[in-house]
Amino acid sequence: MVDVMHVLGFGEGGWGAALSVAAGVTLTLSLLGFLLGALFGALAAAGRLSPSRISAWLAGAYGTVFRGVPDLLTIYLLYYGGSVALTAVGRIFGGAGFVGLPAFATGVIAIAVISGAYQAEVYRGAYLAVDRGQFDACKALGLTRFQSLRLVIVPQLMRHALPGLGNVWQLVLKDSALISVIGLIELMRQTQIGAGSTREPFVFYIAAATLYFLIAGATGLVFRLGEARAWRGVAFA
Amino acid sequence: MSDLGFFVSIIPTLLSGLPLTLQLAGTSLGLGFVLALALALAQHGNHRAAVWPIRTFVVVFRGTPLLVQIFLIYYGLGQFRPSLQAVGLWWLIREPYWCAILALTLNTAAYGSEILRGAIRGVPRGLVEAASASGMSRLLTLRLVVLPLAFRQAIPSYGNEIILMVKGTSLASIITLMEVTGIAQGLISQTYRAVEVFVAAGAIYLTLNFTIIRALNALELWLTPYRARP
Repeated sequence: MVDVMHVLGFGEGGWGAALSVAAGVTLTLSLLGFLLGALFGALAAAGRLSPSRISAWLAGAYGTVFRGVPDLLTIYLLYYGGSVALTAVGRIFGGAGFVGLPAFATGVIAIAVISGAYQAEVYRGAYLAVDRGQFDACKALGLTRFQSLRLVIVPQLMRHALPGLGNVWQLVLKDSALISVIGLIELMRQTQIGAGSTREPFVFYIAAATLYFLIAGATGLVFRLGEARAWRGVAFA
Repeated sequence: MSDLGFFVSIIPTLLSGLPLTLQLAGTSLGLGFVLALALALAQHGNHRAAVWPIRTFVVVFRGTPLLVQIFLIYYGLGQFRPSLQAVGLWWLIREPYWCAILALTLNTAAYGSEILRGAIRGVPRGLVEAASASGMSRLLTLRLVVLPLAFRQAIPSYGNEIILMVKGTSLASIITLMEVTGIAQGLISQTYRAVEVFVAAGAIYLTLNFTIIRALNALELWLTPYRARP
């Protein structure tokens, strides 16, 4: 039987340090993807809520496609499609070879595109949950459109959005493991490498599962604290 | 840019993966539903010895990526070949097909058991009391009162889970199973026409998911005719 403490430890021949770094990559990748996805989601939500038929249709189609198609397929689209586009641009400037897309950037964009489709629904629901009287009050106070959004609507909208965003975040964290298929050395890929070179897949995949589980638990706590903060000062029945 | 001829030529190739996608989704959803129901009912009694292991199973499978679960079963358990051969389970771990089915089944059972547990708890207590007052046994109450109402209640949430599972079958391509996404990946890396392949494969998944959603809406409407909009 293998010495688990040694294989996963931080000493000579131990994979502890490599796995920790990889867990950091997973966390960074997920966080950046989630934040960029918030931008996509907010834009799509605004599109769906807008009176313009075209933007409502476009935003709806975005949500339907990226929530209905397997995430893996979206990742392949962005990775290969992005490389082809980049190579074409390279040719214009006289480059001859194939230009590969950096895996980390592709991963962030893929997670953003996918999670944005889910976040849009969360923001849309939360926007509709804000009391209509608040909008009238903004107008009565003479706030501009941007001021009322920033000072009145968004802070209240976040109260309703946070539980849904917490769910999307958990989805993002688990989706980030799929980015390993395009060669980014995040937690999943580093685990595969370790499992391959030590021939101890069971130990390594259990370790990866534990790390994902811990990251999900710890970050879930952050969302719960954020929710408590968003609702401070509001009395409950 | 994208010509129609290329489009038409890849669709039959992609569709040849559809039976495998449907098999993976159908088998794991079917087995997963049975397991989910068993887990939900086992927790219904509130016996600590039953609730604790089940809660652990559910939390672990919902808290880790499906890909890790698939790899843990396919590569991780493969390490224990002699012991598995001794107990006659090696055939299960040797085949990527059965590994995918096993991982998808356990995954959907974890999510499904939570959906069904909530739905069973949502059945009004008065109905159960009325059933026992009219002399129905616990099993009969479960079969005729609790489960039909709980299933109807669970349709929307379980529908989401079914869609997630259909999408989840795509991960089977990573352990060499050539279902729709696996074939799509092969086509993309051969032709480098990612957009066309994505549109064609995406259309297959969207059609499949739309069909499932429509069928479930029809089922829900059939079970709750009084809720139909005039």
